[in-house]
Amino acid sequence: MNGDPVAPVMPARNRAEHALRLLLPVVVLALSVLVWELIVRVREIPPYVLPGPGLVFRTLIADWALLSDSLVVTLITTLQGFVLAVVGGVGLAVLFNQSRLIEYSFYPYAVILQVTPIVAIAPLLLVWLPQEAAVLACAWIVAFFPVLANTTLGLNSVDHNLADLFRLYGASRLQVLRRLKLPAALPYILGGLKIAGGLSLIGAVVAEMAASSAGAGSGLAYRIAESGYRLNIPRMFAALVLLSVAGIVIYFALALFSHLMLRRWHESAVSREG
Amino acid sequence: MAAAELQSGGDVSVSLRGVNKTFASGITALDRLDLDLRPGEFVSLLGPSGCGKSTALRLVAGLMEPTRGTVSWPGGQRPSGRHGQIGFVFQEPTLMPWASVAGNVALPLSLRRFDRAATDARVAASLKQVGLDGFAASYPRELSGGMKMRASIARALVTEPALLLMDEPFAALDEVTRFRLNDDLLALWREVRRTVVFVTHSVFESVYLSERIVVMTSRPGRVFTEIKIDAPYPRDRQFRTSADYAALCRQVSEALADATVGGGA
Repeated sequence: MNGDPVAPVMPARNRAEHALRLLLPVVVLALSVLVWELIVRVREIPPYVLPGPGLVFRTLIADWALLSDSLVVTLITTLQGFVLAVVGGVGLAVLFNQSRLIEYSFYPYAVILQVTPIVAIAPLLLVWLPQEAAVLACAWIVAFFPVLANTTLGLNSVDHNLADLFRLYGASRLQVLRRLKLPAALPYILGGLKIAGGLSLIGAVVAEMAASSAGAGSGLAYRIAESGYRLNIPRMFAALVLLSVAGIVIYFALALFSHLMLRRWHESAVSREG
Repeated sequence: MAAAELQSGGDVSVSLRGVNKTFASGITALDRLDLDLRPGEFVSLLGPSGCGKSTALRLVAGLMEPTRGTVSWPGGQRPSGRHGQIGFVFQEPTLMPWASVAGNVALPLSLRRFDRAATDARVAASLKQVGLDGFAASYPRELSGGMKMRASIARALVTEPALLLMDEPFAALDEVTRFRLNDDLLALWREVRRTVVFVTHSVFESVYLSERIVVMTSRPGRVFTEIKIDAPYPRDRQFRTSADYAALCRQVSEALADATVGGGA
């Protein structure tokens, strides 16, 4: 019978495929690291051009105190930018949804903010704002637009008949927003969050890069720039690895959050047979 | 085609007079429509697709205003959905996918901030009426098409409305499910005796269910003729296979064919 809850037991073929999906990327990673190490050794490439993965790993351990401090700084900026982006993006979308006039007046400027390259705005923000605020502003500007755009789309995707039903039963504006529009928009909002998570990290890094030229800051991006000036390439690689890992963790954390929020009802989060 | 005179003495609960509905796109859905609905009756609006049946239903529900003409309630004030006097069942189940079946059925009450315990009792009763007891905690996506429609009907009934408006509710279901829901709907109607206005494009369904069939023309929609279905209730499989039923279906089919030719669709 279609529409029945999916059987909890995963067929063997499915499980094998699941395992492959986890295993294959790991195999590719291991092989790449091996080839990387071999090339560096065979060609005797100096570490200030390309350090081998072993050296990068040793540097990561040796410089952990320094790098972990920087990681925390960058992550805090990212998190703050992300939270502001979510609050700002969802808030603006709701505001636009409640008033056509406000939407027409301000939406174009949200787009302009989005399409202007953040690298170009960062120096200006650093002139205007204290450094921490400027870095945060960068993270926010980059990350808030996908939340705004997705939430707007979601709020406008309400089933017309459901909207009629709410009208028939005399629902207030607030009730329509809280009980119809926001739940209907939730899958879209969560999609926006997944994009915004990665983007707020990018925004934070770009701003730190721009700020580091002014000689301040201690985030991971600053470490990368600094290592570059000092030709400490192994540390540069170690910082890069940390940034990638942070990005991956952010992405998967948000994907998991999205899945948990939607698993009871949304098609995107419901597993299917076959 | 003055419908009011068809049955003298019966009081009228809703009366549409000279109703015209023209949309912003310029399409005239209804023109000079006269229609009366009497308390407790089961009436079907039958017509080809695009004949304005659904529009008529939405006018009665107050979801739209007529361009010309009047929708009046001779018995008193217009009943409002806000107070739960009108129930509406759409062609699609139109359930909130993020809420459980109980949450969906409770919606009309919870929007009015109904007392929690009373809501729970009414929701349970309503689910029982449509045969969905035991599915309160399920989510819509876990239900079959027929069960979703049952949930939708339970939601419409939960306020105990005087007027139940149904817009081709079973059109998307398979025949077996549709027959069963037809039977259950009739049993329910005989039990609660609400006015039911049932929009359909199926001759067989309208004959099986209704006391009265209003055949409509299309473009613009207007009442072509009315046919009384005198067969006694309860109607069951025996009625569905009887010669009377076949004869009535033929009569209604012919009326519908005439209406379609006359309407130019």
